[in-house]
Amino acid sequence: MIKKTLTLIVAVVIAIWFLSPVVLIVISSLTPSAEYYDPSRILPRSLTLDHLRSLFVTLGGWRATLNSIQVAGMSIGISFLFGLPAAYALTRFVFRGKNSIRLGILLTRSFPVLIIGIPLLILYMRIGISDTLLGVALAHTSMVLPFVVLISSSIIGGISVEYEEAGMIFGLSRFASFMRITMPLVLPGLAASAIFAFIMSWNEVFVAAILTVGSRTLPAHILNAAMTAPDYFKFAAGTIMAVPAMIFIFFTRKYLMSLWGISLK
Amino acid sequence: MTYRKGVTPYLYFIPVIAFLIMFLGYPLIETFRLAFTHPAEPLGNFLRVTRTGELWNALRYTLIISAIVVPAQLALALALALFINMRFKGYLILLYIVSIPLALSDVSAALMSYSIFSPSGYINKILMNLGMASSPIYFFGRGFETRAFWVIVITEIWRATPLVFVIILAGLQSVNKEYLEAADVFGFSRWTKLWKIILPILKPAMLSALLIRTLFAFQIFGVAWLLTGRDIPILAGEAYYWQSIRYNSNVAASYGLVIAMVSIIISWIYLVVLRSREVEGARA
Repeated sequence: MIKKTLTLIVAVVIAIWFLSPVVLIVISSLTPSAEYYDPSRILPRSLTLDHLRSLFVTLGGWRATLNSIQVAGMSIGISFLFGLPAAYALTRFVFRGKNSIRLGILLTRSFPVLIIGIPLLILYMRIGISDTLLGVALAHTSMVLPFVVLISSSIIGGISVEYEEAGMIFGLSRFASFMRITMPLVLPGLAASAIFAFIMSWNEVFVAAILTVGSRTLPAHILNAAMTAPDYFKFAAGTIMAVPAMIFIFFTRKYLMSLWGISLK
Repeated sequence: MTYRKGVTPYLYFIPVIAFLIMFLGYPLIETFRLAFTHPAEPLGNFLRVTRTGELWNALRYTLIISAIVVPAQLALALALALFINMRFKGYLILLYIVSIPLALSDVSAALMSYSIFSPSGYINKILMNLGMASSPIYFFGRGFETRAFWVIVITEIWRATPLVFVIILAGLQSVNKEYLEAADVFGFSRWTKLWKIILPILKPAMLSALLIRTLFAFQIFGVAWLLTGRDIPILAGEAYYWQSIRYNSNVAASYGLVIAMVSIIISWIYLVVLRSREVEGARA
């Protein structure tokens, strides 16, 4: 009994520690400015959507959100297009140097991606794609692509090659066999990793802020506007950054746990 | 498995390798070139920021923040993982709550922290309502650097502990139950079980968590920059400042190079540790 109560107390304290900043910023973003600056009111009496609305409409938040979605979409597309063949070869072929290639790709995950921003800006100016969403998407791809290769290879590796071989015996090409037999089985896992890749790009701020001036992604826009904006706009910005990411994670939580190697049984 | 001797398997890697050479390899080399390009002397860009002490200051703060944040995260994540792995009723809900910060960017974490610590934030309102403060306590701005520093540390611990936590929990679940049952037979205490059985098995997971977190700790940017600007200078923040405000790519690249060198050294140490363990394993 005592142990049960103690466990419950600890669990509640942990939950409050991790949840409260999220809840508090959502409340702050809905607090009317007069109540926010009133020191006697800890929690607001009324809520307003004004800050979120003006952030989206007049302060360019909507435009930046669309930019972020396009950038993430492009980098996921390129990552899977380039990454899936590599993931396939890593699981389906045995060849010399395979472990070195895998280790090499793993090592790029420890590459400090933010340093590519400055050289890429100079390169983009030379080839005429500076301040474009494509430029940011390509930079984000260098962060997302190694992740996609490694995760996809472990997902594809979970499906026995024998089904594909059976397909090939019955006359399917290697590609058709993969697409028609393995692909439907791995699609949910790949979708979950695509969502995680989306969040990697959605959250990246340094490179995006260096590479863009006009066509800023949401975090880059916030980074530049937040320093001078009134507090309640900062909270609105923090909220619109956080909520979509949390919704995505919520819907894919079971897949993500298995991606991280955590069993829920 | 299909055994392949020819070049076919390698063809599948051409897009990935070409892309990574173009977008990671080339920028790394270009960072070197930019950092050492100066009209007067090769080290001019570095000298410009070492003479004023800016670079040392940023390096010092980045090191100190990492040295506090990383061990704290490891310890907290281990405690959390041990607690959640007790699998009490409803532990799944707690597991999902703890993983929330994994989805959040440093930008939103910084702004959440600001909503708590700003002059009109929750802490000040609560203190003033309780009569424990008559005017707002300032956590940011000139003259309040120590407080700002600790707010950055707390925010980073809050934000990135879950990343370590999921790695350690995955490792913890791979501990064979039979070892623990055997220990129970011999009447080992909880502490002995933790130190003699669980932690040694967890070592690889802890090491990789340590590597990942140390690398990311050196790239700290959003939290420090949004909360304090240059009051608490950090390497990435200085790179951003020199690039986007001073328009000097060469000095910015010098800071980038420092981050890259630190990352390479840390990864190298990690590989050496890993390899020595593999050798040990081969001998055993």
